[in-house]
Amino acid sequence: MNLVDDSRPGRREQALALLDQLESETPAPGAPRIGLTGAPGAGKSTLVDALLRELRRRGRSVGIVAVDPSSAKSGGALLGDRVRVRASAGDPEVFFRSMAARERLGGLADATRAGVTVLAAVFDVVLVETVGVGQSESDVSRLADTLVYVAQPGAGDLLQFMKAGLLELPDIFAVNKADQGAAARRTALELEAGLGLGEREASQWTPPVVLVSARDGLGIRELSDAIDSHFASLVESGELALRRRRGADAFVIEALERRYGSFGLDRIGGRGALERRLRVEPSAARYGIVAALAREIEEALAKPRG
Amino acid sequence: MAEREQPWVFRTYSGHSSAKASNELYRTNLAKGQTGLSVAFDLPTQTGYDSDHPLARGEVGKVGVPISHLDDMTTLFEGIPLDRMNTSMTINATAAWLLALYVAAAERQGVSPKSLSGTTQNDIVKEYLSRGTYVFPPEPSMRLASDIVAYTVEAIPRWNPINVCSYHLQEAGATPVQEIAYAMATAIAVLDTVKSRPDVTKQAIPKVVGRISFFVNAGIRFVEEVCKVRAMTELWDELTRERYGVEDPKARLFRYGVQVNSLGLTEAQPENNVIRIVLEALGVTLGRRARCRALQLPAWNEALGLPRKWDQQWSLRIQQILAYETDLLEYGDLFDGSAVIEGRTRELRDAAREELDRVLGMGGAVAAVENAYMKQRLVESHTARVRAIEDGSLRVVGLNCFREAEPSPLGTGSGAILKVDESAEREQVARLDAFRRRRNAEEARAALRNLEDVVAAGGNVMPPSIRAAHAGVTTGEWTDALRRLFGEYRAPTGVVARRSERAGDATSRIRERVHALSERLGRPLKILVGKPGLDGHSNGAEQIAVKARDVGMEVVYEGIRLSPSEIAQSARDEGVHVIGLSILSGSHGVLVKDVLDQLRKEGLAEVPVVVGGIIPEEDAEELRRAGVRRVYTPKDFDLGRIMDEVVDVVAESAAAA
Ligand code: B12
Ligand SMILES: Nc1nc2c(ncn2[C@@H]2O[C@H](COP(=O)(O)OP(=O)(O)O)[C@@H](O)[C@H]2O)c(=O)[nH]1
Ligand SMILES: [Mg+2]
Repeated sequence: MNLVDDSRPGRREQALALLDQLESETPAPGAPRIGLTGAPGAGKSTLVDALLRELRRRGRSVGIVAVDPSSAKSGGALLGDRVRVRASAGDPEVFFRSMAARERLGGLADATRAGVTVLAAVFDVVLVETVGVGQSESDVSRLADTLVYVAQPGAGDLLQFMKAGLLELPDIFAVNKADQGAAARRTALELEAGLGLGEREASQWTPPVVLVSARDGLGIRELSDAIDSHFASLVESGELALRRRRGADAFVIEALERRYGSFGLDRIGGRGALERRLRVEPSAARYGIVAALAREIEEALAKPRG
Repeated sequence: MAEREQPWVFRTYSGHSSAKASNELYRTNLAKGQTGLSVAFDLPTQTGYDSDHPLARGEVGKVGVPISHLDDMTTLFEGIPLDRMNTSMTINATAAWLLALYVAAAERQGVSPKSLSGTTQNDIVKEYLSRGTYVFPPEPSMRLASDIVAYTVEAIPRWNPINVCSYHLQEAGATPVQEIAYAMATAIAVLDTVKSRPDVTKQAIPKVVGRISFFVNAGIRFVEEVCKVRAMTELWDELTRERYGVEDPKARLFRYGVQVNSLGLTEAQPENNVIRIVLEALGVTLGRRARCRALQLPAWNEALGLPRKWDQQWSLRIQQILAYETDLLEYGDLFDGSAVIEGRTRELRDAAREELDRVLGMGGAVAAVENAYMKQRLVESHTARVRAIEDGSLRVVGLNCFREAEPSPLGTGSGAILKVDESAEREQVARLDAFRRRRNAEEARAALRNLEDVVAAGGNVMPPSIRAAHAGVTTGEWTDALRRLFGEYRAPTGVVARRSERAGDATSRIRERVHALSERLGRPLKILVGKPGLDGHSNGAEQIAVKARDVGMEVVYEGIRLSPSEIAQSARDEGVHVIGLSILSGSHGVLVKDVLDQLRKEGLAEVPVVVGGIIPEEDAEELRRAGVRRVYTPKDFDLGRIMDEVVDVVAESAAAA
């Protein structure tokens, strides 16, 4: 875990090789990767704790990555999510790693993805908590098999979320704080209505809206069941492999774009060409490719345009 | 000239080792002219563990008296007739149980509960905010607190069922305005809970309001403190009239006890603390209109460790001289008509009302505990205070200025504090063992079942607890029964991700060092700030966490009361570069060793460990020998210097690896 979070050149290569090895050698479907996202204060961490208890009760080992959005100029961060996740205390079948957003030393998306890959090779289930602030939903949707959106009663964040056109990303909606009664039920109804209007492919999966109380442990079993059935449906339809592949490809392109801009991508044929190239690339390995393509771009950039 | 007023009750917060040793201490103190008792319980008793529980290891009898069962309680008050004693018990999460034991002990003495007088602190809100000995989540905790109120109002009419505390808020950094506002918010939360009970009639409310008392701090800015208690008196009068419709002015009186400020008492030049204590006592005794009803004074060696008998005696003498030698009690109110005092009082009252409304607006004290609002404000205020000491804008004589000093003849070595004998724990555990063997096991089991049934059905916790006390149930068993029903809780730490605004040159310089080292490490320097054991003193850990964040480190801080193995596990999962432990309860010997052992077990022997807290120099030496890289104590007020050294420590280990 420390190795894959190391940005020093020598270590980085070693880590990428290891990650690719893990990705290609872990037999499919492997561990479900479950993303939880939602506004700050929605209760994601408390819900991670509740889900963790339920998963442990079902005898599954769990790896968790909690991503803290707080990045300041100082680069310092207080990683506070552990406080809410208590079910893991003293349990060797649970691994909890928090990470802070960082501008330097490799950026966050890389580190999170690497962490998830490692944990997926070791644990039965992987949970990823990220705060829903625009970009991060799509980031987490690229590395999660199942994306759970955590909403809270009466808050404006759900409206914001719908407005941002992000309603089609999540696979499951969990309306938390159901202990607050009517307000939570109203939010669930609004959400269901909103989903009815949204444009989703008439595919097999309709995202369920589950009422939960992370605090009191209500509805957690139902949520856990919904997660399981979503994963099962992905496996059954063959969608899982596609989805992971698509997510990984998007990750490669975004990683390159972040570093070199669309200008850099253009030097090796542009985004579309890159997508096609990745699609025909046989191996599931994606980490090494980032490095290889980066070298290609750097060479292209070094050559005078002719 | 007004008639000479009766002095307030003189108390000393004390208790240690065993019920027997504490009983002797109480009797000597009473013989010296103390007029009331104030019981300090040890941390296992306060957090609901028997003396032989693994989490109690190293803590039994350390900072207070261990009370595991009725025989302990009986021993504690042997030869002290309870119908003639006024006993204050600092007990919160397990208040109902300790009160039940007290009632049962009185009944054994042949004293009826009706004739008991005293106080259970029973203020759970400030436990989440400052004091740390909470057990259950806020909602069921409030219910237990209100059970005590509802029960005592009828059954023990002279009892103060709850002592709403602002004292501990100031000790956690609160400003006077926050102290007033959060104490009032707490009182409202309690009264609203009591009011909503089906078993409390509307007619009983004035009587309930009349039983609510407060426990207030008195800081070194003693003129402002005069105004603070006047503002509280006015606000309480207003609130009880308007919100609870209490007509009788006597039932609206703001009755309060005081422990003067300890946060400002220094390790450096500790003799100066006596002067601080005297001045602080003036703040709450000068004005007759808002004079305290009871007073406890800390000792001159507060920041060194636990006080000895002589140290406590010196503080008792301060009270006696103030009350008996001076003419203080011969006059009416000294401040009536003073425009200065009235003006400052008004300012504080208005600002407090505003802050109180903010808290009520978010749903009251319980909501503002759960959403961390109040805790975050306290940590912020404390950060401001710590910074001001660091940059010299707040002067503390002997600490950050006037540091030249002659050697003190008072002595500050190991002989200058109370050392609890290691045998105390062993003997207490043996007594507990014998008690369990002696009791009627079937009766105890039945009483516990009854307790669970009654509480699960929503009944008052007191009657089944008193029955359980007589039946030989133990502190751990009582609390475990309620843990099964209510679950346990961890309060928010109040340390936020947000960076604090100001970054002086010194901070920027250290930040550069942190960034440079992070580059070398390949990822940001990550520190774990850990609080092992039952110790609830969080101030130091919070301020270290805030500072580490501000100088650019990634900080993992999970709050108080973690076991050494939990700390080692977090260190492993999080891949931290350094571990900082904070221990003020005096149990550093056992706890640090346990953490080091656990780290070795996790294969983390090379991760460097630093330690801070109340650690006598001989102990610090021993810790360093065991492998601890640095040890800090209260005299190390320069957090920047501490951070610089932490960077050094990490750099040293990185170079060695
Ligand atoms: C404030 C205080 C409280 C507050 C705590 C509020 C809070 N949330 O922290 C309150 C009022 C709640 C409290 C309660 C109790 N207290 Co108290 N308290 C103090 C007091 C006055 C100051 C401590 C403090 O906060 N200082 C300010 C901070 C910033 O300083 P600091 O923690 O020392 O940290 C500095 C250094 O030590 C170092 N450091 C500390 N930790 C770390 C960690 C790292 C990683 C690093 C690098 C450095 C470092 O850096 C800091 C910067 O200067 C001390 C006496 C004193 N004057 O020191 C007693 C004291 C610690 N308390 C004591 C006791 C006994 C108690 C109680 C247990 C009493 C009882 N029987 O109920 C209770 C229960 C608390 C509990 N749950 O454990 C005793 C401990 C005795 C012992 N060690 O033998 C003391 C020493 C008083 C005494 N002489 O009796 N207390
Ligand atoms: N009433 C209620 N409060 C909850 C529930 N889940 C979380 N909370 C509270 O919501 C706040 C934010 O919780 P947290 O898990 O930290 O949210 P996150 O920021 O989304 O990770 C905390 O004060 C929790 O106590 C719930 O089910 N019911
Ligand atoms: Mg969270």
